[in-house]
Amino acid sequence: MTAEQDIQEQVQTAAAGQTPLAIQGGNSKAFYGRTTAGKPLSLADHHGIIDYTPSELVISARAGTSLTELESVLAQEDQMLSFEPPHFGESATLGGSVACGLSGPRRPYTGAVRDFVLGVNCINGKGEYLRLGGQVMKNVAGYDLSRTLTGSLGTLAVLLDIHLRVLPLPALDLTLVQNCSAATAVENCNRWAGRPLPLSAACHLEDRLYIRLSGMAEGVQAAATAIGGEPLDHAGHFWEQLREQQLPFFAGDTPLWRLSVPAATQPLALDGEVLLDWGGAQRWLRSKLPAAAIRSAVAAVGGHATLFRGGDRSSTVFQPLQPALLALHQRLKNTLDPAGIFNPGRMYPEL
Amino acid sequence: MPDKSIIPQLRKQLPAHCVLTHPEELRPYECDALSAYRQLPLAVVIPETTEQIRTILQLCSHNRVPVVARGSGTGLSGGALPLADGVLLSLAKFNRIMAIDPHNRTARVQPGVTNLAISKAAAQYGLYYAPDPSSQIACSIGGNVAENAGGVHCLKYGLTTHNIQALEVFTIDGEQLTIGSQALDAPGYDLLALMTGSEGLLGIITEVTVKLLPSPDVAQVVLAAFDSVDAAGAAVTATIASGIIPAGLELLDKPAIRAVEKFINTGYPKDAAAILLCELDGTQADVSAQIERVKQVFTAAGATAQQVSRDEQERQRFWAGRKAAFPAMGRLSPDYYCMDGTIPRKHLAHVLNRIGILSAEYDLPICNVFHAGDGNLHPLILYDANQPGELERTEELGGKILELCVAVGGTITGEHGVGMEKINQMCVQFNSAELQQFHAIKQAFDPHNLLNPGKAIPTLHRCAEFGAMHVHHGELPHPELERF
Ligand SMILES: Cc1cc2nc3c(=O)[nH]c(=O)nc-3n(C[C@H](O)[C@H](O)[C@H](O)COP(=O)(O)OP(=O)(O)OC[C@H]3O[C@@H](n4cnc5c(N)ncnc54)[C@H](O)[C@@H]3O)c2cc1C
Repeated sequence: MTAEQDIQEQVQTAAAGQTPLAIQGGNSKAFYGRTTAGKPLSLADHHGIIDYTPSELVISARAGTSLTELESVLAQEDQMLSFEPPHFGESATLGGSVACGLSGPRRPYTGAVRDFVLGVNCINGKGEYLRLGGQVMKNVAGYDLSRTLTGSLGTLAVLLDIHLRVLPLPALDLTLVQNCSAATAVENCNRWAGRPLPLSAACHLEDRLYIRLSGMAEGVQAAATAIGGEPLDHAGHFWEQLREQQLPFFAGDTPLWRLSVPAATQPLALDGEVLLDWGGAQRWLRSKLPAAAIRSAVAAVGGHATLFRGGDRSSTVFQPLQPALLALHQRLKNTLDPAGIFNPGRMYPEL
Repeated sequence: MPDKSIIPQLRKQLPAHCVLTHPEELRPYECDALSAYRQLPLAVVIPETTEQIRTILQLCSHNRVPVVARGSGTGLSGGALPLADGVLLSLAKFNRIMAIDPHNRTARVQPGVTNLAISKAAAQYGLYYAPDPSSQIACSIGGNVAENAGGVHCLKYGLTTHNIQALEVFTIDGEQLTIGSQALDAPGYDLLALMTGSEGLLGIITEVTVKLLPSPDVAQVVLAAFDSVDAAGAAVTATIASGIIPAGLELLDKPAIRAVEKFINTGYPKDAAAILLCELDGTQADVSAQIERVKQVFTAAGATAQQVSRDEQERQRFWAGRKAAFPAMGRLSPDYYCMDGTIPRKHLAHVLNRIGILSAEYDLPICNVFHAGDGNLHPLILYDANQPGELERTEELGGKILELCVAVGGTITGEHGVGMEKINQMCVQFNSAELQQFHAIKQAFDPHNLLNPGKAIPTLHRCAEFGAMHVHHGELPHPELERF
């Protein structure tokens, strides 16, 4: 029996017995979302690259494929996953990364993981094998369910195989550092983003703004002159530490909040330490403030807040949904997972 | 006879000029740009406020009357084709740009705003809306979202789904939902993706927040000629493999070049078997460097001639031929039928050759003008609907081409949507479990199947009937179903 058939059978058995399943890739992101209980369903044995022709800019791999392995295969061909997925551990898998829907520093400039998912093969909660989307760049046949599964935290289906669009590695990356306040950083990052400059990351921490430029050498140099700042040595290491939350800012056990707001929003008056990423669109907050205070401040500017690490993992870690929207989420979940067996409660208590 | 009792109810609730029922008033709405399919609706409603939209939806929901949304009616798959027992809901009056936020680089617009109007309004801030369907002067942003429209520049900048942030949507019950957010992501499931490309089957879009990008400093086009379609196809692959993502990469084959040249003078090399138009954009430094690289790649791939646009006027002239391709076909032939399959680029040469063979078999000429960079084919079948049987032959040939796309790992539609037109080919691309999953999703949004019913996702019975006529490799598709 193939790993695939085995997984399908486990799902069918669980569905018949209404047994909750806890879907696991490398378990590197178990901290994320709400706590869930269930019989472990491991995707670790379902791994490997299925198809990769570099000139197609598409890679197809099984969900259990190690993210490190995938990235090194791409790097050999001077290509990359340009959403820069955070690993959060050596065991990180492709499936887990897509299911969590997390993207790294490059996200505001080239797109999120969902923007690069072209299709998936998956098993729904009835144990049916579904092929959604495909391997081509443009595809509007059927509802775009593969992107909806992305970031659904395994609450809708078991991802088996994933087709991703990949991009060439830039010829040159250059990181510049400027000393400025958070307010100035927000202002400048968004002004630059409104001009055709090859920005690929922008983060502000402790009165220093880090800007990465990526592209062909000529364009990067011209942009560096226009923007100004001190070049940063070993910049790759810095962006990796940011992506992996290994900078000192992330140490300790004060709750870590992720605030997703319109990028040009001025710094919010919330008690706690703040690191701005994504040119201001993603803000990390270390704070012991009550959830309600954080949520209402963020909602007031059109954003939402996630209790990313720490705090009470059985509380509502994601911003609550409007009742009509939550009801629609429940109906949607019911179409894919009618017995409610996949990661129950991992995203919202009602799902 | 369809039940007309909805009409007096609509009249009672809406201003008189918002409800059309006379056949001559309905006529302009009988089809979209796929004019082979025509149908008059029960009534056309043209609301002017969101409250009126809510009223219309509540009335239709209550009376179980189907609703078909219509933007500008430029769709090529019959998505906005009316239903005889249904109401056609035109969003044409919703044509206001509500706000442009240059700092966050977004615009909030009503669904009836044309695609090009957004870029025009954003230009004062040095910004634009990237997806640029060839129909951009006419098509509406609501229709773009409903079809997940693409354009020449989506190779680099993505499709509609990559360039929108939020939607205001009305459900069939008249309930308003905000999907997505003003930030880069939203909590919960990615319903923005699900709505995009849903062809008016899941909800009525009443507002769209689009992303705006900075206008590039410069854009230049490399025009290259090749002595075979295979060589041009190989040049496409080699360009992408070299690490460059052009802003656009389009291919015209010989019949298309000839047709265009008869129509306007673009200076395309007439003896070429195929030409490529490769646009590069960004800062001047980047563009100059990329042009050199692309020229080397094209030379190595066997280009017989190359020209680089020297100024904006020349760039426009190079594109004029590509843009005139469809009207040019209209001159050459009484009718043409545009296909939209997408394939992995590596199969380009094989598929184009097979299309040539099919064209000969069916004795119908085919021109190819398409988005080569992302493998999105647009074979144009030339025919004459007045010749008995020719439309049927054309549709059969079109179906064969789409099945060929699926066979090489592609899809039946890259950007034009399934609508009414490709509903049978959906049975080739998806199996019963997949189609049933799609129907279940529709039910979660629209429990009584009133929003654009019968489009986009075929019923299993329809597939069984279609399958009975199309047995592949001796395998009956959807074998679990009864045959009639
Ligand atoms: C000459 C020509 C060139 C074209 N070139 C391209 C191209 O390059 N790329 C491309 O992608 N397409 C192209 N198209 C196809 C077409 O323009 C697009 O599909 C466009 O997005 C349709 O927009 P519309 O406003 O005309 O929509 P319509 O044709 O009015 O409707 C299309 C679908 O959207 C639904 N709909 C419309 N508005 C709403 C709403 N507010 N809420 C919910 N559902 C709605 C309708 O029910 C229907 O199913 C071309 C068409 C023509 C005629």
